[in-house]
Amino acid sequence: MRKRSAIRLFWEVVAIALSIVIFWVPFYFVIINSFKNRTESSLLNIDWPSTFHILDNYKEVLTAQDGMVIRAFWNSTLITLLSIIVLVIVCAMAGYVLQRRSDRWSGPINFLILAGLMIPPAIVPTIWVLDSIHLYKTITGIVLIETALGVSFATILYKGFMATIPREIDEAALVDGCGPVRMFFQMIFPLLMPVNSTVIVLSAVGIYNDFVNPLYFLPGAKNATIQLTLYNFTSMYNTSWNLLFADIILISLPPLILFIFFNKRIVAGMTAGAVKG
Amino acid sequence: MTKLSKHYYSYAFILPLGIIYFIFFLLPTLMSFFFSLTRWDLADWEFIGLENYVTFFSESSLTIGFRNTLIYAVVTCVLKVVLGLLLAVALTSNLRSKGYLRSVVFFPTLLSTIAVGIAFSTLMHPTQGLINQGLSYLNIVGPDWLGDTSIALLSVAFVDVWKGVGMATVIYIAGIMSIPQDYSEALQIDGGTAFDKFKHITIPLTAPAMNSVIILSFIGGLRSFDLVWAMTKGGPGFSTDLIASIIYKQYQGGFYGLATAGNVILFIGVSLLAFPLFMLLSKREVDL
Repeated sequence: MRKRSAIRLFWEVVAIALSIVIFWVPFYFVIINSFKNRTESSLLNIDWPSTFHILDNYKEVLTAQDGMVIRAFWNSTLITLLSIIVLVIVCAMAGYVLQRRSDRWSGPINFLILAGLMIPPAIVPTIWVLDSIHLYKTITGIVLIETALGVSFATILYKGFMATIPREIDEAALVDGCGPVRMFFQMIFPLLMPVNSTVIVLSAVGIYNDFVNPLYFLPGAKNATIQLTLYNFTSMYNTSWNLLFADIILISLPPLILFIFFNKRIVAGMTAGAVKG
Repeated sequence: MTKLSKHYYSYAFILPLGIIYFIFFLLPTLMSFFFSLTRWDLADWEFIGLENYVTFFSESSLTIGFRNTLIYAVVTCVLKVVLGLLLAVALTSNLRSKGYLRSVVFFPTLLSTIAVGIAFSTLMHPTQGLINQGLSYLNIVGPDWLGDTSIALLSVAFVDVWKGVGMATVIYIAGIMSIPQDYSEALQIDGGTAFDKFKHITIPLTAPAMNSVIILSFIGGLRSFDLVWAMTKGGPGFSTDLIASIIYKQYQGGFYGLATAGNVILFIGVSLLAFPLFMLLSKREVDL
């Protein structure tokens, strides 16, 4: 018995040591370097800083280029919020009907929606479409793109969850003379809260962290999203590493906060979508 | 009931989704087939047949993208499938620190790919980088991770695995947790070892989870762009250029027809590789 617990302790220590080397050292590296002055941070080591410049660095990041980072935070927040609102309403409605109905159309529709998980978006034709309806380089445009690229995952989650809501509820509403729109929004939608929060948290992380779509569909300094600001502090020979790392920390705070509060929900949602989808 | 389905489950509910999805995803995808046959600048186009495809398949700076993308997708996929399973087995064992370990392994999934890429490209600096500094304590001269054309692609793939293995792990954990306890009890009565349990219970019964991991990470690998862009921009030379980064470069250069041809090739590649994979894996799942 003693031997077994010794072995277990051994593995326990090995696992924690590995987690420190593989995961904590990179985190620590970024954090400690965001506290250093420019010269010390350019050495790219994990030594203790000789002097701390926490406030200076973070203030400089936030005020650089007329508060570009703050504006980018605002843009990213706006894009994320708007996309999520559209996603939740549109996908909950679609998931509801797709789960309840099965006729000759449902097969092809489900296939098309599933295809969205696999097929890479066609970049330049999308720009062409946006341009011809005057939405290129606009917040509205990027919101609609993020929505279109997010519907597959969200609809699959909604459809999966909808199966747990008994049809008797629909029938009761019908007997009580409820119209379809009222039935959905008053009877069904309030029951979707668990899956709503999953969709909201997962899409928030995905859209907030998205780099590629804003790069293509929302170019221009005025519209920069938070991911694009990282390139402000890099240039080939003259990178301000301390500021760059401070920016990385600032950018990582929202996902960290979501992670602390919604860890279980995120994991549950990701696995539900993946295992069923 | 018929009244219910016709009227109450009306396809009008799908209309908002349908419109957005069609205009901003399906329509551009359909149009890409046409525009890939043209030379165009958004305003004007000129039909040039298959010329873009010929260029794509004949210029070595472009064809290398196929090879790289395939290597990248296979390497990241295999590592995530194997490491994810091992981690999941470890994190469903009786380790007391498993709650903490699960969080640590999963957290990088939520981080910005660009931020991770930038941080790791400094850690992988040939002389100053922390990785090679650490290796030098062990008297090992570390390679130039991102500067050496023969390993740069693998270095980026390694960071992809660092960031993405948490996703694979949680999918496996969900699969392992859904295995009824009876099986391992029966195995224990028959005197099976931990390895027997892994081989005869865990592996076969996590097949659905494994299928998801394979498909998700393989498709993710084929479509990868942002990590490579943050770390190497396709260099040194073209040694880490993936199809998606080539598309971006052609787009930047104003070769819209060529970029679109790249998109079509990626579309066909994903369909050719991913759909059969999907079928094959779901067939295996049924057999079990």
